[in-house]
Amino acid sequence: MNWFLSWISGTILYAAPLLFPTLGEVIEQRAGLVNLGLEGLMLLGASVSFAVSFATQNAWVGVLVAGCVGLLANLIYAWLVVHRQAHQLAAGLALMFFGIGLSALIGKAYVGQMAPVLPKFQPFPSQALLFRYDLLVYVAFLLAPLCWFLLFRTRFGLKLRAVGESPAIAYAAGVSPALVRYIAAATAGILAAIGGAHLAVGITGTWSEGMTAGRGFIAIALVIFSRWDPLRAIIGALLFGSAVVLQLQLQAQGLGISPFLLDMLPYVLTVLVLLIWGRGVRYVAPASLGRVYFGTE
Amino acid sequence: MDEDRLTCESDKTVVCLRGITKRFPGVLANDHVDFQLQSGEIHALLGENGAGKSTLVKILYGFYHADAGEILVHGRPVHIRSPRDARALGLGMVFQGFTLIPAMTVAENVALFQAELPRFFSPRELEQSIRAASDQYGLALDPKAPVWQLSIGEQQRVELLKLLLAGARILIFDEPTKVLVPHEVEALFRVFESLRAQGFSIIFITHKLREALSCADRITVMRQGRVVGTLLARAATEESLLHMMFGEKLPEITRSPGSRAPGEVVLELRDVCTRPVGTAPALDHVNLKVRAGEIVGIAGVSGNGQRELGDVVLGLLRIVRGKKFFLGQDATSWSPRQLVRRGIAFVPEDPLSMAVVPGFSTLENFALMDLQAFSKFLGTVMNWGKVRTFFREGFTKLGLSPLPEPVRASTLSGGNLQRLTLVRELSRPYHLVVGLYPTRGLDVRSANAVRQAFLVAREQGKGVLLISEDLQELFSLCDRVLVIFRGRIVGEFRPEEADLTEVGRLMTGAGVLHGS
Repeated sequence: MNWFLSWISGTILYAAPLLFPTLGEVIEQRAGLVNLGLEGLMLLGASVSFAVSFATQNAWVGVLVAGCVGLLANLIYAWLVVHRQAHQLAAGLALMFFGIGLSALIGKAYVGQMAPVLPKFQPFPSQALLFRYDLLVYVAFLLAPLCWFLLFRTRFGLKLRAVGESPAIAYAAGVSPALVRYIAAATAGILAAIGGAHLAVGITGTWSEGMTAGRGFIAIALVIFSRWDPLRAIIGALLFGSAVVLQLQLQAQGLGISPFLLDMLPYVLTVLVLLIWGRGVRYVAPASLGRVYFGTE
Repeated sequence: MDEDRLTCESDKTVVCLRGITKRFPGVLANDHVDFQLQSGEIHALLGENGAGKSTLVKILYGFYHADAGEILVHGRPVHIRSPRDARALGLGMVFQGFTLIPAMTVAENVALFQAELPRFFSPRELEQSIRAASDQYGLALDPKAPVWQLSIGEQQRVELLKLLLAGARILIFDEPTKVLVPHEVEALFRVFESLRAQGFSIIFITHKLREALSCADRITVMRQGRVVGTLLARAATEESLLHMMFGEKLPEITRSPGSRAPGEVVLELRDVCTRPVGTAPALDHVNLKVRAGEIVGIAGVSGNGQRELGDVVLGLLRIVRGKKFFLGQDATSWSPRQLVRRGIAFVPEDPLSMAVVPGFSTLENFALMDLQAFSKFLGTVMNWGKVRTFFREGFTKLGLSPLPEPVRASTLSGGNLQRLTLVRELSRPYHLVVGLYPTRGLDVRSANAVRQAFLVAREQGKGVLLISEDLQELFSLCDRVLVIFRGRIVGEFRPEEADLTEVGRLMTGAGVLHGS
């Protein structure tokens, strides 16, 4: 029972750093941008938050600065694909490598160090160490319905989705596809970096190179799993969070299974989930996803 | 010129274009075009494909920017830099391809174009306001329906509703009837008339004379980027308009009357049934024979199984019951490749989506017809010299002038694309040619080239299966016409004996079987 409770508790904790980038990518893809650079953004967020948290001895400042860096980094991506009309997949991969490299450079001095982490508190009294989360976990789960509301109940959300379906029609409706895509990319940049920051200064309190371990790509898979719906993204994030925690728990149990095999668990789950739910459903994916918009003339 | 100036500043003139000039690479699309729209009139903009009609209205709507000229709205000179500016002036445009988002609902599509949409909106209120407006203008629609489920006619209504709710008073329609079936066209014209009665001003583009004559108050004719003239519809005749559109006499299509008896059966469908795909109807016990040397037409309102019929003949759709014979052999389960090999040629509508690779040159597209025949050294290298010879011969055989060779297919007009498809399909040995709406959307001259090619095929003793919505076309070309309704053949007649209204009733499912 104790094992089960700690599994649930851990699942929620590990779902949060996935939920942030997933929500960001949902918004970005709803505006028609595929961003394969999430991994790089998350790593940047992790290293910057750790470095700033270490220097200022305040984890919140770290998160804040990480968000700003994520925003700026993703604006580079947006500039490439919106104004320079670069291929989105190529630009995204470039962003990923940029993030991996820069985060390694920033974090070099901090490998093996400890930095202050975000304060944790419990929503209700219970056994020690269970369901104790930092504020960002709550924020992540509140953000999902907020994103849903933004996409489906606001004027801006309608315009954003229109840009993702057809920039030409959105333009005809008086929307600036470029502006909308910049805003979507900025939002996704902030969210992805905060996701990374949460790993570094929310969960582990350490920095190691490549510590996001592919979460940026899992987030992209989650977007497809969630059918571009922020509420379904919660389910996806919990599912993968649970796999990560299960893998940690199985390793701790000292079963006779190779840790490398166990490490594969979340990724195998990704493949399975995409096999089962990834089947194309008509008019679910934004119609102009990944397409370069050249303007009307 | 002074006269123009006078009408431009008059109270009745809502839109005035003066000296509009627009050049695209290689084409002068608009050459000093003058145009006026009066308040409360329906104004037809008539001309062949490529006459510059679309360009002109897109300039008015801010989609393109004119190189020279000025635009006056309600007598005031305006600068329209984007569709947004145009809408602020009370203009609204229904484009040829609809500007609807298939994945969104009717309500969302309408809301997107509403300037005064609140920052946060409730879908329910939105749906109510749409219901109210659709009642007011007689445009029945379900606001909750996703647009991809709607028929073309319904989608057009959404477009119109979108404009009306956004406060447009000047409505522009770019070839609104192109995609509609005859009764939908009539319904649209009734909407035009009721809108005119409510004080709206309407511009609509068409290349069909009858539509301009039957619906418009005034007609402006364009040819090769210039305005030939504007006249009152009641003062215009078909002949005068034709003369303005083409400047010369049109080549007439002639079909020699059944000079010789049709030969052996080329294609036969026996009790063919298919499974329904999506909302499309399934073929229901279709029996059909096409003989050598005859043209068999399929008439019907689009969406009654014509596409499925074409797909069955071409082997693209599986037959679940019944049999198909080609040249006397059981071809029920032949692959499309086999059928093409044995001699089926196919001329589709909209070649860009079904027959032609846009990024390839005309010559490369032509070579796709039979890559093996055009190769040398055991199929490793293309023999472009041979392709070129066949390409030129193909055009001259059909009495067409060859298209330039190094030109990308995507830059060709619809008419030239269809010429390219025709030549390619009819250059190889074949016994049957299937035309699926082959003249839809083409200008008169190109459509006639296609029709002429079919007649040539018939003279050469080939079988022709022509699926079309254009009754005029079917009547002038076919030896026999079958009527299809909801996947069933509901009638068969010979054009010289048939009665148009009877055919119309069969097409709409209202008629009873009559004649042989």
